[in-house]
Amino acid sequence: MKAPRFSYVRPESLGSALELLAEHGDEARILAGVQSLMPTLNMRLSEPRLLIDINRIDALKGISFEDGTVRIGALARHAELLASPLVAEHLPLIAAAMPHVAHVAVRNRGTFGGSIALADPAAELPACAVALDATFVLASLRGRRTVPARSFFHGLYETALAEDELLVEARIPALAAGYRSSFLEFARRHGDFALAGVCCHAHVDGAVLSDVRLACFGSEDRPLFAGAASAAAEGRAWSGDVKQAVKAALGGDLDPIGSFHASAATRLHLAQVLTGRALDRMVRAG
Amino acid sequence: MADPSPSVGRPLPRSAARRLAFGRGRYADDLRFPGLLHLAFVRSPHAHARIVRIDPAPAIAAVPNARVFTGADIARVCGPWQASVDNLPTLVSPPQHIVAVDRAAWQGEPVAAVVAASRAEAEDAAAEVVVEWEPLPAAAIRDRTLDADAAPAHPELGGNLSYATLIRAGDPDAALAEAAHTVEGRFSFARHTGVPLEPRAVIADYDPGEGTLTVHGSHQAPWHQQDTLSRHLGIPEHLVRVVTPDIGGGFGIKLHIYGEEIAVSAVSRLLGRPVKYVADRMESFVSDVQARDQSVSARMGVDEDGGIRGLAVDALSSFGAYAAYGRPPVNEGMMTIMMTGGPYANGHYEGRLRIAFQNKPPSGMYRAVGQPIACAVTEQLVDWAADAAGIDPVDMRRRNYWTDEACPLTTPGGIGIRRLSLGRCLDRLVAMMDYGALRAEQAALRRNGVHRGIGVATFLEMTSIGPERYGPAGAHVSTQDGATVRLEPSGAVRCVTSVVEIGQGTHAALAQIVADCLGTAPQHVAVVGGDTALTPYGGGAWASRGLTIGGEAAWRAAQGLRQNILELAGSILQADPAGLDLAGGAVCDRATREARITLAEIGRIGHFRHDTLPPGVQPELAVTRHYVPDAVPFALANGVQGSSLEVDTETGEVRLLDHWVVEDCGRIVNPLLVEEQIRGGVVQGIGGALFEECCYDGEGQMLNASFADYLVPMAAEMPDIHVGHVETPLEGTALGAKGAGEAGTVGAPAAVLLAVNDAIRPLGAQVSSLPVTPESVLTAIAAARA
Ligand SMILES: Cc1cc2nc3c(=O)[nH]c(=O)nc-3n(C[C@H](O)[C@H](O)[C@H](O)COP(=O)(O)OP(=O)(O)OC[C@H]3O[C@@H](n4cnc5c(N)ncnc54)[C@H](O)[C@@H]3O)c2cc1C
Repeated sequence: MKAPRFSYVRPESLGSALELLAEHGDEARILAGVQSLMPTLNMRLSEPRLLIDINRIDALKGISFEDGTVRIGALARHAELLASPLVAEHLPLIAAAMPHVAHVAVRNRGTFGGSIALADPAAELPACAVALDATFVLASLRGRRTVPARSFFHGLYETALAEDELLVEARIPALAAGYRSSFLEFARRHGDFALAGVCCHAHVDGAVLSDVRLACFGSEDRPLFAGAASAAAEGRAWSGDVKQAVKAALGGDLDPIGSFHASAATRLHLAQVLTGRALDRMVRAG
Repeated sequence: MADPSPSVGRPLPRSAARRLAFGRGRYADDLRFPGLLHLAFVRSPHAHARIVRIDPAPAIAAVPNARVFTGADIARVCGPWQASVDNLPTLVSPPQHIVAVDRAAWQGEPVAAVVAASRAEAEDAAAEVVVEWEPLPAAAIRDRTLDADAAPAHPELGGNLSYATLIRAGDPDAALAEAAHTVEGRFSFARHTGVPLEPRAVIADYDPGEGTLTVHGSHQAPWHQQDTLSRHLGIPEHLVRVVTPDIGGGFGIKLHIYGEEIAVSAVSRLLGRPVKYVADRMESFVSDVQARDQSVSARMGVDEDGGIRGLAVDALSSFGAYAAYGRPPVNEGMMTIMMTGGPYANGHYEGRLRIAFQNKPPSGMYRAVGQPIACAVTEQLVDWAADAAGIDPVDMRRRNYWTDEACPLTTPGGIGIRRLSLGRCLDRLVAMMDYGALRAEQAALRRNGVHRGIGVATFLEMTSIGPERYGPAGAHVSTQDGATVRLEPSGAVRCVTSVVEIGQGTHAALAQIVADCLGTAPQHVAVVGGDTALTPYGGGAWASRGLTIGGEAAWRAAQGLRQNILELAGSILQADPAGLDLAGGAVCDRATREARITLAEIGRIGHFRHDTLPPGVQPELAVTRHYVPDAVPFALANGVQGSSLEVDTETGEVRLLDHWVVEDCGRIVNPLLVEEQIRGGVVQGIGGALFEECCYDGEGQMLNASFADYLVPMAAEMPDIHVGHVETPLEGTALGAKGAGEAGTVGAPAAVLLAVNDAIRPLGAQVSSLPVTPESVLTAIAAARA
C-alpha cells in the first residue's frame, strides 16, 4: 500500500494556496490532517498530481467567539474542538459529538475543515453543522462566498466546493437562551463511523419544543435535515404520541442506504429509536 | 545458603515484552539487505475467471527497472502442489499453482509477481500489468455450494464436494426419538480470519555462489517452510535456512504454506538477489487463510430430569478455493464433529461432515480450529435442553459432565479423555461470578425492562497434538521439539530451542524451567530460537504446544546438563556426584545444602582450565534433547467460561459487562503467560461472537477487506476478563503442562451466544448465527413479535 507518485507543496499563505488551487484544479488536493487523504492515496483510490499542505497557514487556524457566533477555522483539530471551552459553552452539540469522532490519535491530526470538505455521510461534524445552521466560508482566487450547511452537502463525498475553492472556516450561531442540544449515534464499535446518528437542536420551554432542527447522518448519502420529523415536534409538548409522530415522519424524511453492516430497514429503525431517545434526553435535561 | 524457591509457577514478567515496549522489536520488515528487490503481486479481481492473456509490457514501460513473472514463469521453477492426506484417500483436491496459471479461483489469488527497486515502484508497475479476463460463474454462497445447479469452484472436478465423513456411536436415532425433550437448531458460523498485527512477510535470498536459500520471514512453522522450499524449489535441504525474527502474532494464519512466500523464493532464485514481500492489510484480507465458515444443524435429546440421551450434528464446512497445502486440511470440520458434545456423558451420537469448495481464499487453521463451533453448538443445545426440562443451566451441566469414575474413556466423537476437572472448574466459576446474585439481579432488572443475559459454557481444548494425527496423514510436520542447554564460562546458561516465539512468551517460560533444573535464576538463562540452521529441529508454534512439548524438551536437556555438571563437579571436588545437588547458582552438598563450588567456577574450569582436570575427563557442558508426546495423542485441557451482558432490545446492541474463565491447563509454569493467553483468546473469541466476518457478495467479492469494515474486537467494547485456575498436571510428563493458547477462543463465543439468548429469551427470540449483530438481534426480536 504505497501511494502513487505525487508532488508536494507547503504554501505559507492562504493566497498562495489559492493560486496553486487555481492553477492545478482537479489535479491537486488539499492536505490537512491527512487522516482520510493518506488512506485513499495508499489504497490508490485517488491519484492527485499535487498535494497542497495547508498546515502552515495561520489564517485557517483557531476557534473564536464574537457577536454570538463561533468561528471554527478549517485547521482546528478534532482534539482542539474536544478540549475547547468555547465549544463546550456555546456549541454543546459539537462538544457531545466529538468523543464519537474516531480515536485519540486520529483526533490529534484530523481537522474540522477536512471532515466538512470530505463530507463522509457517517461523519459527525457535518451533521452537527446542519443541525446548528452553520455557514461555511469558501475562498478562491475568484473571491469569497458563504454557503449554508444545509445546502453545502450534495451527496456521497460531494459538496458545494468548486475545484479551485478552499474551505476557510465555519461560522456557527452560539447556543441561545432556552435552546438545548442532544446527540446520539449508534456504531458497532466506539469510534467507528455510525450506522445511524442524530443531532437535535431546539428551543425547549418546559416540555414544549420549538425551532426544532433534527439532522440525521450515517444512514443516508449525506447529513440530512429531517424536515418532516422536525415539523412533527414543532410547537408541541413532548409526549409518547409526539414521539411516535416524529418517528413516523422520519420514515418520510429518510431513505437509508443499506450495506453489509446494516440493511436500510435496520438503519431507519435505528434512526427512529435514536431520535426518540435523543429528544427524550433533551427534554429531560432541563 | 537457603535454596531459592523454584521459579516455575511464579508470575514473572518476561524481559522480551520490555524489549518490545522499548521499540526494539525487529520484525521481518525491519531487516536490511544489500541489493534488495521488492515484490508486489497482481491479484485476481474476479472470484473465478480464466486468464486469457497477460501483457507485462506496459508495466516495464512505466517502471523500466521492474520485472514481471507470470504464473507460467514461476511454474518453470516450481510446479503446482496438491493437498492430500494419506489416510483420507477420498479427499478431493485440485492442484494449486504457486501463482495462478490459466485460471484464478478466488478474488485476490496472485496472477503475477512484479519486482522492482522499491515497493512503491513494484506497485506502480503491478498496476500497469494488463490481464485479460474471462469471468466464470463463482461458487460463493456456502450453503448453496452443494446444490445440483451450483457453479463449480473448479470446473475439472465436476462438483464442489471435497470430503464427507460420518461418525456414529450407539443408536442416536432411537435415543433422540425416545427422549422426553428434544431441542434443535440451525447454526451458522461466519467466515473470518486471524488478523495478526504484523502481516505475513518474507525476504528470500538465494545465493547463486553457494546455491543456498536463506529466508527471513514471519512464520509459525519455519521447518515446514524449509521442507517445502527444499522440495518444491529443488534445493538440497541443508542449503535452505529459515530465520524467524520477532513475529507480531500468528494465530494460525502464519502456519500455512502460501504461494506468495514460495513465489518470492522462486523469484530470488531466478534473479540471484534478495527479494522482499510484505503483505499489506488489504491483500491480507484476500490472501491469508480464512476459517470457521460452517453451517451446523444439531439436535439434542434429554430425559425428564435433564440427562442427555442423544446428540446429532450435521456440519457443512468450507475449504475456500483450495484445501491449504502441507497439513491435514480437514481439521476445522473434523474438529467440529469430533468435539461436539465432548464434555458430556452420552453414548448416542451422530456427526456428519461435508466439506465443499468455494471461490474464496483457502481455508486453514485459525486459533482453536473447529472447537469454538463445537463448543457453541453443544452449549447452546444444553441451554435449550435445560430450559425445556426446567433446570438451571449450571445444574444441567453439573448433572451431565463425564464423571471421574467413567474416565479414562473415549467420547463418541473419538476424543480420548484421561481425566477432566469440569466439576471443580464449574464450582470455581460459579463462586467467582457470584452466580446466584447475578441471577437475582437479572430477575430484578427484567422487571424494569432491562434485558441482562448470563451464559455459562463448558469447553474442552485439544492441545499439543502428537504424531498420531500428522504421521499417518503423510504430512511433513514434526510434532517433536528440541532444546540445547549450555553452561557458559561465566556460569550463565543459554537455551537454544526449536520453539518459535510469535509473541506468546514461551521463551520466558523455558528460562524458568531450565533455571529450576540447574538451580539458578531465570535471569541467568538466555533463550534463543528462530533459525532452522542453528537450533534443534522442531515443529513450531501451533496447537498450544510450545510448553507442553518444547518445555518438556528443555526440561530434559537441562536435566542432562545438570547431570553433566554434577559429574564434572564430582571430579573437581573428588566427590560422589550422587551426593551433590544444584541450588542457588552453585553445586551444593545434597544433604547439608552447603555450597561447594559455584556454577561460574564450573563454567570457568569446564571451558578454560581443562589442564587442571584429571586425565580422561571430557566436560560436556551442552546437552541436546528432544521430546515428542508419547503418553497421550494430545493434551486435553478443559474449563468453563461465563459471560454477563446486556441487550438493548430497541437497537440490538450487545453490551458486554463481565467475562470469567476458569481453566485447567495442567501445571502452570507462569500464570502471567497463561492469563495473557486466556484473555487474548477470549477477546478473539468475542471477535468471532460479535464482530468478525468476511462479508462476500454473491459473486465472491469480499466487501469489507479493510480494518474500517472488518471489525476486530477493540478495547472499548471488551469487558473485564477474570481468570481462575484449576491445576491437574498432565500425566506421563515431567512438567505436567498442557496448552493454554486456545482455551479462551474455544469457549468465549459460546458463553456470549448463550448470554445473548438468555437475555432475549423472555421476548421469545433466539439467535444462532455468529457473529451476533445488532441487526440479527433486532430481526430475531421482530420475528418473535410477529
Ligand atoms: C481510524 C479512523 C477513524 C475515523 N473515525 C471517524 C469518525 O468516527 N467520525 C468522523 O467524522 N471521522 C472519522 N475519521 C475521519 C477523520 O475525522 C478525518 O480526519 C477527517 O474526516 C478528515 O480530516 P483531515 O484533516 O484528516 O483531512 P484530510 O485527510 O487531510 O483531507 C480529507 C479531504 O478533505 C480535503 N480538505 C481538507 N481540508 C480542506 C479544506 N480546508 N478545504 C478544502 N478541502 C479540504 C482534502 O483535500 C481531502 O480530499 C476517522 C479516520 C480514521 C483514520
